[in-house]
Amino acid sequence: MLIQEQSRPGRAATAQAPQHMADLSDLPSGLRRRKRAALPEVSELQAVRHYTRLSQKNFSIDTQFYPLGSCTMKYNPRACNSLASLPGFLARHPAAPASHSQGIMACLHELQDILKIVTGMHAVSLAPAAGAQGELAGVMMIRAYHDARGDHERLEILVPDAAHGTNPASAIMAGFEVREIPTGNNGDVDIAALRDAVGPRTAGIMLTNPSTVGVFDRNIQAIAETVHEAGGLLYYDGANLNAILGKVRPGDMGFDVIHMNLHKTFSTPHGGGGPGAGPVGVSKRLEPFLPVPLVVKDGQQYRWQVEPDRPESIGRMTAFGGNMGILLRAYIYARMLGADGMRRVSEYATLNANYLMARLQEAGFTAAYPERRASHEFIITLKPEAKAFGTNAMDFAKRLLDYGFHAPTTYFPLLVPECLLIEPTESEAKEDLDGFVEAMIKTRAEAEQAPETLKQAPHSLPVRRLDDVRAARHLDVAWKADETGEDAA
Amino acid sequence: MPFIPHTDADVAEMLDAIGAGNIDELFDEIPPALRAGGLDGIPSGLTEMEVSRLMQGRARADGQPLCFIGAGAYEHHIPAAVWQITTRGEFYSAYTPYQAEASQGTLQVVYEFQSMMTALTGLDVSNASLYDGASALAEAILMAVRANRKSNSKRVLLPRNLHPAYRRTIRGLVGNQGIELVEVPFDSTTGQTPVARFDAAAAGGDFAAAVIAQPNFFGALEDVDAITDWAHARNTLVIGVVNPVALAVLSPPGDWGETGADIACGEGQPLGMPLASGGPYLGFLTCKQGYVRQIPGRIAGKTLDAEGKVGYTLTLQAREQHIRRSKATSNICTNQGLLVTAATIHMAILGAEGLERVAASCHANTRRLGELLCEIPGVEPVFDGPIFHEQALRLPSASTEVLGKLAEQDILGGFDLGGDYPELAPAILICATELRTEEEMLAFRDQLAAILSNA
Amino acid sequence: MSNMPAELKFTKSHEWVNDNGDGTYTVGITDHAQEALGDLVFVELPEVGAKLAAEDGCAVVESVKAASDIYAPIAGEVTAVNDALDGAPETINSDPYGDGWIFKLSAGSGAADGLLDADAYQAVVDDEG
Repeated sequence: MLIQEQSRPGRAATAQAPQHMADLSDLPSGLRRRKRAALPEVSELQAVRHYTRLSQKNFSIDTQFYPLGSCTMKYNPRACNSLASLPGFLARHPAAPASHSQGIMACLHELQDILKIVTGMHAVSLAPAAGAQGELAGVMMIRAYHDARGDHERLEILVPDAAHGTNPASAIMAGFEVREIPTGNNGDVDIAALRDAVGPRTAGIMLTNPSTVGVFDRNIQAIAETVHEAGGLLYYDGANLNAILGKVRPGDMGFDVIHMNLHKTFSTPHGGGGPGAGPVGVSKRLEPFLPVPLVVKDGQQYRWQVEPDRPESIGRMTAFGGNMGILLRAYIYARMLGADGMRRVSEYATLNANYLMARLQEAGFTAAYPERRASHEFIITLKPEAKAFGTNAMDFAKRLLDYGFHAPTTYFPLLVPECLLIEPTESEAKEDLDGFVEAMIKTRAEAEQAPETLKQAPHSLPVRRLDDVRAARHLDVAWKADETGEDAA
Repeated sequence: MPFIPHTDADVAEMLDAIGAGNIDELFDEIPPALRAGGLDGIPSGLTEMEVSRLMQGRARADGQPLCFIGAGAYEHHIPAAVWQITTRGEFYSAYTPYQAEASQGTLQVVYEFQSMMTALTGLDVSNASLYDGASALAEAILMAVRANRKSNSKRVLLPRNLHPAYRRTIRGLVGNQGIELVEVPFDSTTGQTPVARFDAAAAGGDFAAAVIAQPNFFGALEDVDAITDWAHARNTLVIGVVNPVALAVLSPPGDWGETGADIACGEGQPLGMPLASGGPYLGFLTCKQGYVRQIPGRIAGKTLDAEGKVGYTLTLQAREQHIRRSKATSNICTNQGLLVTAATIHMAILGAEGLERVAASCHANTRRLGELLCEIPGVEPVFDGPIFHEQALRLPSASTEVLGKLAEQDILGGFDLGGDYPELAPAILICATELRTEEEMLAFRDQLAAILSNA
Repeated sequence: MSNMPAELKFTKSHEWVNDNGDGTYTVGITDHAQEALGDLVFVELPEVGAKLAAEDGCAVVESVKAASDIYAPIAGEVTAVNDALDGAPETINSDPYGDGWIFKLSAGSGAADGLLDADAYQAVVDDEG
């Protein structure tokens, strides 16, 4: 039942609002609201109980193994939340003067430095509010760089076909055209196709490495050389940074600009869809174009650098400079890890992925790239199972939910049919990985013996399989006050 | 090892299963020349005890000054239940609800949020949120240009009394798509942007959309009905940038003029989000039904499961980047899920009457503060139009120095208007939310009077 | 195996064209295309009167997992659109060559002659296999 459906006229959580209705008579009557908005009228307990119960209908890292490929669902240390929520941080107004901001600016300045070192880039801005916004900032800087050189014909961004959908969408938002580059059979970018594609119109290439198929592109140096020789820049999508943290640095691979997903690699919460944080790092030649604000240190004092300090900046990504609370959580996490801890992130994430891939292969599942090392994630294709039993990857995914495992990423990347993209992360114990393998084996046995069990899964969740075709055809995206009850089926 | 559970025995068994001698071998596909991994300069790890000490010191350094700044971010009371529930692990550490059956909690919250935002703004459809108010306006502008089939223009009218940081953000975000933002000057006596100003700025030209800020950056209230009708008469869509708390008492965008604004957007921070230095907040965006396929970002919809039971799922995903790629309505992937959860619980607890009381108190407190400060010789209102919960005041001496001296007394006395509006200097923008008491306002007045008398 | 009526012409991007013999041509998507897309939930129709060049993107069909542009198979002016699809996009799934038509174009006689015949289109589909 919706909270709106629990509403009763005249009920309220009166402890939470001012005791008296202050005078509003001086507001022009023509500008006043004529009818109260249909917000719920419930008691505080009703609200607390309702939302507590709703929370219990979610899978989460705190309650389940969540091997969602490309999403890096690792443990979100609780200290990061508590310490980022200290009163001095929570109460600070974004326009507070530097005199009342030295504490947070010290954290942000150090975070800029840590991210610079760990990515091998020349400078970092923390401004973008999420990965996709970091991408947008990145391609905007590529555009600003070419424009500043009078190189106005470079309007094409190359994107591998396996890339996240945000890559082409971000390039379009920055005013570029997108050209797709195919992936070779071994998972690496097709270098011959790349050589054919680059030219005087090439603004840059957007790459994820390790790529979305879960392998490290061994030709990265040749790719960098090819694109640079053609006058283009290299953009690193940091979605898979967890795989190489402390091992290889995008700056050393030749990348000119990178965004990081702090909600992945630096373990800030996913929150059911956000917030994220998508800092960008750049090589020296792109430094003037970084989005504002940046934190700089003059002597012992920290201060913001904003538009007037950085005339070539691509500008501001949000009104108040970014998701500060998330940046603080990432900073706390980075300080708890330290240099050794960061190296261990990629080591154990890679160990877990390769172990899980080996165990699943041993159990008879088909790895999409069996001759390759897994990075921090890998792909299983369920095409043989689909052919033999008529069950698809989504059926497997839904049945895994019944076994208490969040499903891996399904149907991405699109170039591997019936794929499961599996990313265990470093924070899962061997027993949890083994349990997942057992569930996969059981699910396949069911696919063989009783495929309907999969096709009708899940069976034990708050709802059975949902009809998303109906949701789109009979669009109902908001409760309306005059609704009388449930829709007729 | 922090946050890594492996024992030595685990590692040995796992390597054995892989057929590798050591962990380093797992990285053997990476060209050796690249295997630097230099982390010089990154300090050693800290325990939770140690990092707590560090962060407590840093948080203390920022103090807890008395805040009279609004300017787009407002300090309101947040019921204790809001963040206690929001930070439950099941909300806090869940992913985007792509596996709907395992995400009914998040999805129902989003559906309830969408319902509350459409109710507040008086429009039909809401998305599941965007990054913040400014980026939401950028998306609203892109959306209006796509959606306006009666106009081929890519020009948009933007009032100069819209939040300056919003105007700067939008320029960057939409500038690369050939959209031209035409600024509309405000009336220097009222602080408002009347229809005549829009008409003059439009100069008979074709515009895809006009933006109306209600209240505007100066806290002043616009004649939204007249502007909306003016825009619609010339096939220009109307985007209302609104404060959700103000909507408890002000006419919602869906009621503006004859047929209502087409799109509403704004900053959701006043709905249960702490100031937190500027983020994370949430941007909201609602629109009329006809534009539903042009809306950017996630949307939750109601549907039925295989047994006919009601459930919720993400819908209309074919608009989004993970399906539509280069032809998506936006590159956005995130919605501010955790903040949506907080806002939804906040609105459920306060209800429409609670929000109205909050809005009324903010309005009354700001008026009271304005009166108190204007008792000081040389302090006067910059504008004479009606306000909601902010007011621009002219000072008798340089505002930067005055605000600096107030800050030394732990009073953040307002937002300095001189930087963005040099013609108004020396002037500040003040705000007193429902949290400010008479004593605090008197303390502000007394300090300001003392500083000005010594100036 | 999907259905490919011999009297129709086809494109590599999976549209079909019927020469109505009166200077108009009816366009839709093939049985193979509707099957690959799955249950359709929305169709964005072109505007009547729109002048299209061959291969212009002019309509969109959407399922829950994909959105696919429809390209004008030949140049011409849109003379009619199938408004009935507005509330019933699933008609394309159930009757792609009949009630599931999407729009009509006016163009000179023989305008569709250069397009693929059923056999050639079958080869395209097999190739994608």
